[in-house]
Amino acid sequence: MAKIIVVTSGKGGVGKTTSTAAIGAGLAMRGKKTVIIDFDVGLRNLDMIMGCERRVVFDFINVIQGDAKLKQALIKDRRLDNLSILPTSQTRDKDALTRDGVEKVLKELRDEYDYIICDSPAGIERGAHMAMYFADEAVVVTNPEVSSVRDSDRVLGLLSSKSRRAEKGEEPVKPHLLLTRYDPARVAKGEMMKVEDILEILSIPLLGIVPESPAVLKASNLGTPVTLDANSNAGKAYVDAVSRLMGEQIEVRVLPPERRGLFQRLLGRPA
Amino acid sequence: MTLFSFFRRPRQVHSADMAKERLQILLAHERSDRSSGPDYLPLLQKEILEVIKKYVQIDSEKVGVKLERGAEMSTLEVNIELPAAQAAKRNQAAQPARHAFAR
Ligand SMILES: Nc1ncnc2c1ncn2[C@@H]1O[C@H](COP(=O)(O)OP(=O)(O)OP(=O)(O)O)[C@@H](O)[C@H]1O
Ligand SMILES: [Mg+2]
Repeated sequence: MAKIIVVTSGKGGVGKTTSTAAIGAGLAMRGKKTVIIDFDVGLRNLDMIMGCERRVVFDFINVIQGDAKLKQALIKDRRLDNLSILPTSQTRDKDALTRDGVEKVLKELRDEYDYIICDSPAGIERGAHMAMYFADEAVVVTNPEVSSVRDSDRVLGLLSSKSRRAEKGEEPVKPHLLLTRYDPARVAKGEMMKVEDILEILSIPLLGIVPESPAVLKASNLGTPVTLDANSNAGKAYVDAVSRLMGEQIEVRVLPPERRGLFQRLLGRPA
Repeated sequence: MTLFSFFRRPRQVHSADMAKERLQILLAHERSDRSSGPDYLPLLQKEILEVIKKYVQIDSEKVGVKLERGAEMSTLEVNIELPAAQAAKRNQAAQPARHAFAR
């Protein structure tokens, strides 16, 4: 039976969709049958990041409303056999996400897959709530920046009070911290909070540290999850994160952002 | 922020430490607010006013409530402008009638 994992953050633009695609691809590369679901109704983007935007016929909302079968809406990834994408609707609004509808879809997927990864919209409204409600585990994507950390803390509060597990009094949703857009050079200069600080503040286990990396933009230009760019430091960081998500104990490495632009190299900054 | 702090070298300021400190103070409060129910302040203010109104007639407009959150302790400052002494006496006399009216 599949594990349901929500990728969430509260704050917008911190890297949820990037991480959903990267983690989904990473799990599939490790032989796990994985489906990634876009919960950002109205602002669908996961399909673009995955490079399957031109193959979308039906979506998550069509399935919830009974206008299409789940099998018709699922898009199989062309690169990774084990990976499927369930895109969302661009025209509906978040009210189309009903709790019963979401539950029905997840139930059907649960028997077929090992992992169900839910890409949450920003905020703490209905869409975000629906994305986290049925989760077993949560990847809390956080940037080393005050408002992102504060919002992550808020989301952790919601996970422990407003999730199905919390309401049923079951074992709580298991949280993981995924620190993204980390820049060790700025940390060294005291300009950016270090990973230890953020761990101390949020006190949840660390899933990984993804450096600020030009490979992320490049991957999104190409419609390829960055995990497939095995030479990039962001790709490596997501591979590590996936191993930890699968329960492996591996050492945390703080990877630097890859080579800086020519201009910065001329200025003699450390690479 | 003074004009000087603007010119000070960023290296000495270590803004990351400021970020951590601010977050630690803020989140400690936000977490306890969350567990003690949302926004108890308005209710607290209302109840404080009700108690005071039993003794002194006050104008709700002339009440200020300020909260300052600190690391070691927080202060809740309630500023109430009391009416002149004479007015207060008159109110005391009028009190039973007001109670009856309130019921
Ligand atoms: N590690 C990184 N290095 C550099 N850029 C990054 C990194 N992670 C994400 N980005 C960039 O940040 C932007 C936002 O990323 P993304 O869309 O994944 O965030 P999101 O949390 O899903 O946003 P939203 O809240 O709008 O759904 C994108 O332009 C992406 O390329
Ligand atoms: Mg997104």
